Amino acid sequence: MERTTLDLWVGAFVVAGLAALVLLAMKVGNLSTYNVSDTYPLKAYFNNVGGLKPTASVRSAGVLVGRVRDIRLDTERYQALVTMDIDKRYEFPKDTFANIQTAGLLGENFIGLQPGGDDQMLKNGDTFKKTQSAMILEDLVGQFLYGKPDGKSAGEK
Amino acid sequence: MPLIKSVRAIGNRTVNSVWRLGYASRFFMLTLMHSGSSFRRFHLIVKEMFASGVMSLIIILVAGTFVGMVLGLQGYETLKRYGSESALGSLVALSLVRELGPVLSALLFASRAGSAMTAEIGLMKATEQIAAMEMMAVNPIARVIAPRFWAGVISMPLLSALFSALGVFGGYVVGVVLIGVDEGSFWSQMQSSVDFQHDVLNGVIKSIVFGIAVTVISLFEGYDAPPTAEGVSGATTRTVVQSSLAILILDFILTAFMFRGE
Amino acid sequence: MTSTQPLVEIRDVNFAYDRRPVLKGINMTLPKGKVIAVMGGSGCGKTTLFRVIGGALKPTSGYVKFDGQSIHDLDQKGLYEMRRKMGVLFQFGALFTDMSVYDNVAFQMREHTDLPEEIIRDMVMMKLHAVGLRGTHALMPAELSGGMARRVALARTVALDPMLILYDEPFAGLDPISLSVVGNLIRKLNDALGATSVIVTHDVQESMKIVDYNYFIDRGVIVAEGTPDEIRVSETPYVRQFINGEMDGPVPFHYPGVDYQQDLGVSV
Repeated sequence: MERTTLDLWVGAFVVAGLAALVLLAMKVGNLSTYNVSDTYPLKAYFNNVGGLKPTASVRSAGVLVGRVRDIRLDTERYQALVTMDIDKRYEFPKDTFANIQTAGLLGENFIGLQPGGDDQMLKNGDTFKKTQSAMILEDLVGQFLYGKPDGKSAGEK
Repeated sequence: MPLIKSVRAIGNRTVNSVWRLGYASRFFMLTLMHSGSSFRRFHLIVKEMFASGVMSLIIILVAGTFVGMVLGLQGYETLKRYGSESALGSLVALSLVRELGPVLSALLFASRAGSAMTAEIGLMKATEQIAAMEMMAVNPIARVIAPRFWAGVISMPLLSALFSALGVFGGYVVGVVLIGVDEGSFWSQMQSSVDFQHDVLNGVIKSIVFGIAVTVISLFEGYDAPPTAEGVSGATTRTVVQSSLAILILDFILTAFMFRGE
Repeated sequence: MTSTQPLVEIRDVNFAYDRRPVLKGINMTLPKGKVIAVMGGSGCGKTTLFRVIGGALKPTSGYVKFDGQSIHDLDQKGLYEMRRKMGVLFQFGALFTDMSVYDNVAFQMREHTDLPEEIIRDMVMMKLHAVGLRGTHALMPAELSGGMARRVALARTVALDPMLILYDEPFAGLDPISLSVVGNLIRKLNDALGATSVIVTHDVQESMKIVDYNYFIDRGVIVAEGTPDEIRVSETPYVRQFINGEMDGPVPFHYPGVDYQQDLGVSV
């Protein structure tokens, strides 16, 4: 059993294939911008999450700071409970405002964080006090057409 | 009378297909059971990876690049109408990683490597090499089938990843270099829409499943081929037809599970 | 086990493919150290018999004993164990076309032993030398002539010094020179290894030169047996026709069909 040129070819093939996978993960996918291990969870209640999905991004001032991990209905409050993983490098004040935004008119939903001025920071597992639900395009159009002052899903909690 | 005859013919065909399916399943189980020895002698798998994986590289790389270029061109033409050319990167990458990479590379693999496997095994059977091995007290499933099976299963995701990577590159060349879509938004849109677990890993899982299906079909058709020239050529054709159908049907099932309602 | 016990004993073996009988009550005794020919025309069941001896087919009744052990009671493991003591030369050699001559001969040594590569190399060279083809070890089977391929296959068959060697049509498709080379090798290897050889063949002239005993099979039944000298003077019509190559005899020239004149549309 000795080394052959065939082994070289197969080795090169495996290396190239794995390199392509890494490339897909880092350059094409989002693995490089989001490291799962260094995060802490935060929670928020919303009246309506609209088209928000797990793995949607969480941004503050346009910078990616985390991802939505889980969305479920809290049957005591009948509101959507959203759990998100926030990058450990970033901390947010207690009065930070979490709202569901849309990238462009028809784009994906994401959660935007607008920090307030509180001295206290949100800790592991804390809940955002102030949230705003998703803008539903149909409701907006409805408001515009019928002049209803307060849409049922766009209310501030 | 002709009615009874045709009903009987249909019945016979059905029973035969079920019979063959059972035989193929047993063949697959035996292959898995006898896989241990081929991992202990990994050079057998390496040799077959050269035959199936490395020899398929050229067609995979060329096809991947051109599919990516076509996606870039067509995607740009469509997205331009909605003024969202910047989403070109995510369109190219998502189509490749989720669907086209695994499916097209598996189809190419079936016609390039799968048919060769069927013909090789079929001829080994026709020239009594399989029988000779059995009479030498060497189990042909363990010595001939299992290494080829694992070589195919290992090669398939690697080929698919190469296909997708080259496709993204092709889309980049057409979209950014030739047409002039903004390079920054090309990559950033791509990265924000392609999720590693949801898209890349699911694509890899798909290609592994396709790899299993294609190699099992190819090896079984070869092993079950009548030991004549017509028998082997018929088996080779069946390999390509059945593998292609299996890939497309499995793709639908997997997609329904993986990307359902999200 | 005494040395007088035959290596292989075949008793009342019947075999049928889908109720079509191929072997009907075959009895044979294969003593140790002998070369035995099993002769018969095409389709007489000799290849089937050969597969029954090798354990690849199970007889519908009767038994085959190898070295005192009934081979059809063995499980897969026992059967493989027994086959290690057997060598089989297939029709046209059945060399592995994706391996070199060297790897073909080394195949069983690598599969069944843990010998280091240097020892395997010596053994392979010895076997190839015995068939006079040491110089071809680096070639692929496709680069060999038919006669050379048969000799390489012979070297591969005896690679692990088997007790029983089965030859399926070893002379088929060979030119006269290769024919006598292969014939002599079969005899020499058998005597050198102290093995027992069974040659399934229809080449009566060549095999009569080298064998100790003959069996003639016609349509699944043994019709004659004996030493070559006995066979040469045999009065059995089938044997006479077979040895002299006569067109018509117990084996009819015409396949059974309707009346010739009727077929031509000539009224009688």
